[in-house]
Amino acid sequence: MAETLLELRGISKTYPGVRALDDVNLRVYRGEVLGLIGENGAGKSTLMRVLGGVIEPSEGVIRIGGNDHARMTVSEATRAGIAFVHQELNLFENLDVAANVFIGREKLAGGPLKLVDNAQMRAQVTPLLERLGADFAPDTLVDNLSIAQRQMVEIAKALSIDARVIIMDEPTSSLTISETERLLEVIADLKAHGISVIYISHRLGEIMTCADRVVVLRDGHTVGELARAELSHAAMIRLMIGRDLKSLYTPPSRPPHPGGCDIVGLVTSAFPDRQINLSVQRGEILGLAGLVGAGRTSLARAAFGIDPLLAGEIRIDDARVRVASPRDAIRQGIYLVPEDRKKSGLVLELPIRENVTLASLLNYARMWLVNGAAERKVAKEQARSLSIKAPSVDMEAVTLSGGNQQKVVLGKWLSMQPRVMFFDEPTRGIDVGAKSEIYALMRELADRGVAIVMISSDMEEVIGVSDRVAVMHEGGVSGVLEREQFSEYNVLRLAIGQALEKVEAAAS
Amino acid sequence: MMKKELGLFLLLAVISAITGAINPAFLSVVNLLNMANLIGLFGVFALGEGLVIITGGIDLSLGSMFALLGVVFIDLLTTYEIYWPLALLLVLLGGLALGGIQGFLITRLKMQPFIVTLCGLLIYRGAARYYTSDSTRGFGYGDEAGTLGNIASGNIAGIPNTFIFLIILALILGVLLHRSVYGRWLYAVGKNEEAARFSGINTNFVIATAYIISGGLAGISTVLFVFYTNSVSPSSFGNFYELYAIAAAVLGGCSLRGGEGSILGVVLGTALLQVLQNLVNILGIPNSLNFAVMGTVILVGVLADQQLQARRRRKAALAGLARTTLLQGKQSASPRGAGALPTSTGDHA
Repeated sequence: MAETLLELRGISKTYPGVRALDDVNLRVYRGEVLGLIGENGAGKSTLMRVLGGVIEPSEGVIRIGGNDHARMTVSEATRAGIAFVHQELNLFENLDVAANVFIGREKLAGGPLKLVDNAQMRAQVTPLLERLGADFAPDTLVDNLSIAQRQMVEIAKALSIDARVIIMDEPTSSLTISETERLLEVIADLKAHGISVIYISHRLGEIMTCADRVVVLRDGHTVGELARAELSHAAMIRLMIGRDLKSLYTPPSRPPHPGGCDIVGLVTSAFPDRQINLSVQRGEILGLAGLVGAGRTSLARAAFGIDPLLAGEIRIDDARVRVASPRDAIRQGIYLVPEDRKKSGLVLELPIRENVTLASLLNYARMWLVNGAAERKVAKEQARSLSIKAPSVDMEAVTLSGGNQQKVVLGKWLSMQPRVMFFDEPTRGIDVGAKSEIYALMRELADRGVAIVMISSDMEEVIGVSDRVAVMHEGGVSGVLEREQFSEYNVLRLAIGQALEKVEAAAS
Repeated sequence: MMKKELGLFLLLAVISAITGAINPAFLSVVNLLNMANLIGLFGVFALGEGLVIITGGIDLSLGSMFALLGVVFIDLLTTYEIYWPLALLLVLLGGLALGGIQGFLITRLKMQPFIVTLCGLLIYRGAARYYTSDSTRGFGYGDEAGTLGNIASGNIAGIPNTFIFLIILALILGVLLHRSVYGRWLYAVGKNEEAARFSGINTNFVIATAYIISGGLAGISTVLFVFYTNSVSPSSFGNFYELYAIAAAVLGGCSLRGGEGSILGVVLGTALLQVLQNLVNILGIPNSLNFAVMGTVILVGVLADQQLQARRRRKAALAGLARTTLLQGKQSASPRGAGALPTSTGDHA
């Protein structure tokens, strides 16, 4: 093939207790589209952050343009022609397109006055936008652009720094089908101009369409490489999974309890034209899978009373419950362990004790005065039963590790009487040991008769922990899988909107 | 948490001692009682401001509230000759109502506290001046206000009633803020409103209540100030007083980011401000420098507090590093250096 643009050799990255990357090798040739696939947590994003100079590898060599680097800084990476199109777009919504393209490298005029030369920047951005076939002008405010258009701005930005390698991380996760097709055309055009693209995606169909070569990561290792001719869904999935996914599963210790939570015809403000119907039994862990932005978090927020229900109802044990606010939800025993524990789950600067009792403080108060002894007792009980590792319950939550912080959030709810619990990405950013503790806890809760909905983007977790899996696609539930139908393939198919019949056919 | 208050107390003691050494008149009983009276007058509404600042908000309208409620109060007593307890009650309700309106605008209509209370500042002042046609209102001889006036400007065993009232109020609010469920919610909302909401706390209620309490205390302060000055000039009565309150709260350890501060701190902050004003007079510093001295002390005080806090945090982080056996440089650049703090204690063994 053509010349090698860059090469990663023996890259490892170790965090305390976790080996995120282990001896990874990767080569990018000029003018090719390299597909990079792997499950969540396989190390794709870490690897790309090494390449972008955001984190430095523990071992290994980055070879660019004949020079070897043990590490790179962000500006070195940029100078070497590496550009990112981020999953969460990093644009300034309050600035126009041209200003975003040239952010930090503004064209200046007026000599010593150093005024920003808007006219020149816009003039330089115009041909880039034309080349990408963009349908907006360089003086448009980014705030007024769709996600797909913003992506074009990011790509224009990459072109403006003469990028030789553009890394796209899940670029199509929020795009419509026609927008996706448009993006794939743009990628083909970039390729024709000798620019290489590293394309990271869960959507194997897109990889099949655009990749010249696919590298598969699993658990921080490069487990395989497929040439264009060898590409097939089956081959890719085989390499991605490559291990027994059911090893995590602990079956319920008793048959399901009667009753549970039914979500009937629920409409959230995120997807006003979709109805959601979903049931979860007491004593069951229902995994809720789907691509990012499929409406799983909106569902949990609506059920917990944070976002308004536009229509539909929530029933617990066949009785309709009113949830107009989190307070209502908590009174009904519906609890949410939110996705972003630092922002929504905890008051970081308060001690563990006060976080544990934050939602139930009135239970430890008489005449609105807090009974300090009772409060401390409850906090200590939770800290012990959840084995929160801290010298005392008076430690501020901010001093704890991610796993222990998550346990404090759990302690807040477990000190009360849960009936239905939503866990939104409960183990994100948590080390392996704490993960299995949290799985065991969910199972224990289920066995005590709590109905559990676990939102997760971690395939291993969804398949390994759930009793049933519901998959969401574009705001609706696209299918529910029983354990015997569980497979990563089936979940992925439902997540991209395939019908259930096909899935069953594939499963049999 | 008590460290801040102790530091402030020491600062107050040192400044008082130095001033007293230079001019013993500072420590004379007359001067001390005069200061106690002023501390009482300014402390009452500074406490309300403190509660608002702990929610992460601000109340700029207090001084204008004094003018509006003040002219109404005098009019109720002199023109309408209303029985004084009723007039007192009406002014208190007026303060609560203004606070309630501001709280409603801030929580329900999601307006920024700065803007809402800035507009309050302009509107109440304008209303007071229009209502009186910009003329000063005062008491005549033998008005109904005698009894209340005696209470408001009187003393018990020489100690001004205003000061005694402040102490009682501080004790009540101290229990409310530091011991009650409401106080806990106030701190939680101030530190992280979203997490508070996710924990089922009615954050709108908590925040609005702070503004209502602040308004109510402004109503009481109005009455105390009216009997201190015995007349109300609508264009100048209470001018800048909201800034005294904010200064006292900030000096007392409240952070404008919310979630920090204590009742004792605000009282000490008020006391320090009054001591500074007094010291300018006593030491013969030109009166025109009054504000400049105050500003300098606040600036230096807050700066010193920040430096001390940063040092404490660095120390804690270093101690954490020493305890962590496995260390991989600077990963996870989380805010406030949390990533460098200990994640575990002795469980590596």
